[in-house]
Amino acid sequence: MSTTALVTTSRPAPPSGTVGSAVASRATWRTIRYVIAIFFVIIVLIPVYVLLVTSFKAPGDAAPTRAWALPQEWTLDNWKAAWTTLWPAILRSFQMVIPAAIVSSVLGSLNGFVLSRWSFRGANIVFAGILFGMFIPYQAVMIPLTQLMTGAGVPSGVPSLILLHVVYGIPITTLIFRNYYASVPHELVEAARVDGAGMLRTYWSVILPISIPSFVVVLIWQFTNAWNDFLFAVFFASSQNGPVTLALNNLANGAMLQNYGVSMAGALLASLPPLIVYILLGKYFVGGLMSGSVKG
Amino acid sequence: MNGVRKVWPPLLMLAPSLVVLAVFVYGLIAANFTTSITDNHTAAQATGQQPTSFVGLDNYVGLLATDDFQHSLMNLLLFTGVFLAGSMVMGFMWAWILERPARGEGLFRAVYLFPMAVSFVASGVVWRWLLNSNQGENASGLNRLFQMIGLDALQNNWWNNITFGIIAIAIPAIWQLSGYVMALFLAGFRGIPDELREAARMDGASEWQLYRYVLFPQLAPVALSALVIIGHMSLKSFDLIMSISKAANYQTKVPAVDMFVFKSSFDYANSAAVGTVLLVIVAVVIIPYLWWTNRKENTR
Repeated sequence: MSTTALVTTSRPAPPSGTVGSAVASRATWRTIRYVIAIFFVIIVLIPVYVLLVTSFKAPGDAAPTRAWALPQEWTLDNWKAAWTTLWPAILRSFQMVIPAAIVSSVLGSLNGFVLSRWSFRGANIVFAGILFGMFIPYQAVMIPLTQLMTGAGVPSGVPSLILLHVVYGIPITTLIFRNYYASVPHELVEAARVDGAGMLRTYWSVILPISIPSFVVVLIWQFTNAWNDFLFAVFFASSQNGPVTLALNNLANGAMLQNYGVSMAGALLASLPPLIVYILLGKYFVGGLMSGSVKG
Repeated sequence: MNGVRKVWPPLLMLAPSLVVLAVFVYGLIAANFTTSITDNHTAAQATGQQPTSFVGLDNYVGLLATDDFQHSLMNLLLFTGVFLAGSMVMGFMWAWILERPARGEGLFRAVYLFPMAVSFVASGVVWRWLLNSNQGENASGLNRLFQMIGLDALQNNWWNNITFGIIAIAIPAIWQLSGYVMALFLAGFRGIPDELREAARMDGASEWQLYRYVLFPQLAPVALSALVIIGHMSLKSFDLIMSISKAANYQTKVPAVDMFVFKSSFDYANSAAVGTVLLVIVAVVIIPYLWWTNRKENTR
């Protein structure tokens, strides 16, 4: 089972050296595949249609009878309102996500190197112990965690969330780097060792230079995860100092009068950074997904 | 495995992470359990102004005996069952139809996978509207769509149904994670050597036979991984339920939501107990899986 499968791009089609009937049946099969594929594209995009259309509707236009219709008059008011409400939180999300992603990636890289290429007796058990932290439901640590953070005087909001995303990001970043480094040829590390390089020296001059792709994968993974987090935000931030997920939830569910147009514009705004990353760096995003799941 | 070296330098390098995880994962799990076996049920106790005392497993017994928590567990079971079945079926089907290179395949994949990049909170905003329970004249969302395409009979209360409402919340979850399952299965398909296909074709296997008897069996380990990943995500579901429904809604509550509600009312003991219950449920799934993958890795 491949792990840090840095993107499975299409491989060449197998040579088709079969008889006529098989070719015909394969052509039918291909048509069926396309019909099914297009049908599901439509299904998957239904929520996107609703989000977009509603975000451009004036308040009165969002009546139930016109729920699926295009806007009678296109307006940017919802977007302006959503931006005014959300931009401070969007800014805080960036302040939180960037340091959190960088620090946990660096730690994960060091750990991954040691666990795969500078190993020691019992390394597998240590690794399993680290990995378990990735799967625990955070509800099982939340009560003492709030007490610990308050007791240690870590300020609520961005500082708390950076710390938490770093700490609870370590298992996954370690996993991704470990699996990536496991594919680095032994000879590289051994050669450095024969030359008398120590552990840190080997990491710095041999491992780090070839780590760029996995750093991209891990940074994206951590960026998206931390950006989309809601659980920690609920417990460790308020609407005044919290990230955009919290602000969006307050915007959409908190107001007495539901304004669907503003909520949906807000949902789109809050989703833009991870979506842009996904569109621009999609293959690395997929790489993170794969290695985040399949181990070994 | 690499040649075993001196233990100290690598352990020193790992030390910061190990210390931090020892405290934030294992230490806090223990602390949480300690809180769950006390009578810490009031704000005064939570803030340390009044003492707490040891009550053994009373909180667990009490929780499991209430209809309220049983309902949460039932919801969790329903939600997980539907979420797993739905995302596995969809993800597998998508991978199957996109498995071989074809025109536009990349675009299809990108569309199926994009919901994964969006937060549950953001998608909850639109799904709350799509799953609006109004019907007839006032219908909006999916109920209105059903009217428009002549499927009025499909209109329903969605997540406002007391017993099965939680299943409605599984729909957006499936929407969001089927693409992930697809990506896993696609990687699985791509990992199958071409020789296997060629050999089967040489033997005169039909397309269906090729898949059924040659390719699908190769995907069993991927299927297991997908089940475990989606399963453990499902057990921890919180964001989506909070953004579509509300913490206070009986019909959609699950243990993760109960934990939040107890915490909000300063009932730390019960909150901690719910957390531990959730941990045990997840561990029952995860520990055998970690053990299994680790063993497989070592025997390879």
